[in-house]
Amino acid sequence: MNLRRLLAIWHARNLEFLRDRSTLVFNFLFPLALVIAFAVIFGSGSQDLFKIGVVTPPGLNLDAGLHPFLDTRHVDFYRVEAADIDSAVRKVERHQADLLLDLRGDPHYWINEDSPKGYLAEKLLLESADDKAERQPVTGAAVRYVDWLLPGVLGMNMMFSCLFGVGYVVVRYRKSGFLRRLSATPVTAAEFGAAQILSRLVLTISVTSLIYGVLALLVPFRNEGHVLVLLVIAVIGAMSMIAFGFMMAARIASEELANGVINLASWPMMLLSGVWFSLEGAPSWLQQAARVLPLTQMLEAARAVMLDGAGLVQVWPQLGWLAVMTILFLAIAATGFRWRPD
Amino acid sequence: MKPVLEVRELVKQYPGVRAVNGVSFSIEPGVCFGLLGPNGAGKTTTVEMMEGITVPTSGEVLYCGEPLGERFRAEAGIQFQKTALQDFLTVRETLQLFRRLYSRGREVDELIPLCALEQIADRDNRKLSGGQLQRLLLAIALVNDPQVLFLDEPTTGLDPQARHNFWDLIRTIKREGRTVLLTTHYMEEAYFLCDVIAIMDRGRIIAEGPPSRLLKEHFEDVVLELPREDFRGDPSDFPLPVLIADDRVEISTADVERALQALLDRGVPLKHLKIRPRDLEDLFLELTGRELRT
Repeated sequence: MNLRRLLAIWHARNLEFLRDRSTLVFNFLFPLALVIAFAVIFGSGSQDLFKIGVVTPPGLNLDAGLHPFLDTRHVDFYRVEAADIDSAVRKVERHQADLLLDLRGDPHYWINEDSPKGYLAEKLLLESADDKAERQPVTGAAVRYVDWLLPGVLGMNMMFSCLFGVGYVVVRYRKSGFLRRLSATPVTAAEFGAAQILSRLVLTISVTSLIYGVLALLVPFRNEGHVLVLLVIAVIGAMSMIAFGFMMAARIASEELANGVINLASWPMMLLSGVWFSLEGAPSWLQQAARVLPLTQMLEAARAVMLDGAGLVQVWPQLGWLAVMTILFLAIAATGFRWRPD
Repeated sequence: MKPVLEVRELVKQYPGVRAVNGVSFSIEPGVCFGLLGPNGAGKTTTVEMMEGITVPTSGEVLYCGEPLGERFRAEAGIQFQKTALQDFLTVRETLQLFRRLYSRGREVDELIPLCALEQIADRDNRKLSGGQLQRLLLAIALVNDPQVLFLDEPTTGLDPQARHNFWDLIRTIKREGRTVLLTTHYMEEAYFLCDVIAIMDRGRIIAEGPPSRLLKEHFEDVVLELPREDFRGDPSDFPLPVLIADDRVEISTADVERALQALLDRGVPLKHLKIRPRDLEDLFLELTGRELRT
């Protein structure tokens, strides 16, 4: 590996990226606009319903016969399975639900003492019945949708930037004959690949950090963890997706095919990795399948840090998985790489 | 002296077609070697095998007596027939990029005037004319101060002025004692630049040697050319073979006096008569046939 040659290609690729103004602006403005729009739409707390989770005794439906409180109007009651109590309690902690009522045996409920809506919901519950239910207070600041969405949008933007910025570009170089021209010089495939990967890594991390900083000023959002832990997650996550893009581009010589293949890889991640919504309610096989995707792992780790204040130790399994995938993708790319279109 | 490049029994088989069918030749140091042939003759495939870009089906290519390797990649300069460069870079930045890929070579500031790129050094390389792009590609081929320079149809698509400018450049480079391998289908270009030529057809070399020697070997005659309307009478009565083209008549003969006498006897005006020696174009057509091929 010759560092001088690697840096020459790295530098040229950076210039190309920075001078392609329209793509650069899109890379930066798209996620920014998206997060701000969602902050405006969901940040005002304009939903007028109370949201209350109810655990019912086995075999019984949600109806007023079960408890008079269930007759209250303008309340969104939703059923919680006994097995999901932990995550339902976490929703109360994050103000995503106003109250959780367990009607198995003696009624008892969880309430967030920091939540004004929780306070009102509790009043309604206590008014509705004579016999007292047991109170189980929890605490925690509100998690708004925008807090939950922000890591998703930043992760999605990184995914597109990594897959297309490496995958599509390498295919374009191959199709145009630029790779063939390079193959007639002393440059090795490893030097070329490393230069492309490093260039995209530095650029995507810079752009994402910049967006993160601007958003922190414009729409203050929740981050319970350390920003350096987030940086580590972003670097390892970006590496895995760049390697994924490079693997897909190892031998394709048609831009149309590359476009199709990269879209085929990115849309499942868009929908199943939890960018926009959680897969909590989905069948468990689908949830397990989604966890194979690098973006799922990256978002799980990022949300654990930002919403629950996790440190490196807690997100180690996700980081390990991302690292393993990176190595696997690079190994496949290295064996399949071609300079020439045919 | 050891040849710079040596090709032995080179074969390239593609599905259903043998593009190169047992080609052998060698190129001595400092020689400009021209590989000529009609389209589809196997020139580019041969050159790409010599450049190490295409793997031969069989046969071998030696650079200074050794198989192609790291030394060859460091010391060869290659101008492809078509190539794309990285977008959003200027001419100077493109040269700097390629310069840094080699541990030794010529400085960019030296190459820019050598290849007449001063006026366009800071222009985006996507905004160059055909001649400007060819000069940039030549400059890229020269960044490593190559011992051997490959030029694959470097003037195809250029206007006559740009072509002549390019030839001047190549002659400058030749004077520096470099070995050059040139492919072209312009016979004038080959005659002007090459010390030795090889004519390829259907995957084989059918003639090889210095252009003047090849002409002497294949032709003893010269060509008398007349405007068509000046030639009177039935060509079949004429004592020498006559070729009628669209606007002119060509008479080939080794005995010029006899031909002139025959024309005078018929009362043909000789005001527009041209006598020319056989050129490479004639040789090429004689050897490869006149029928059109794709």
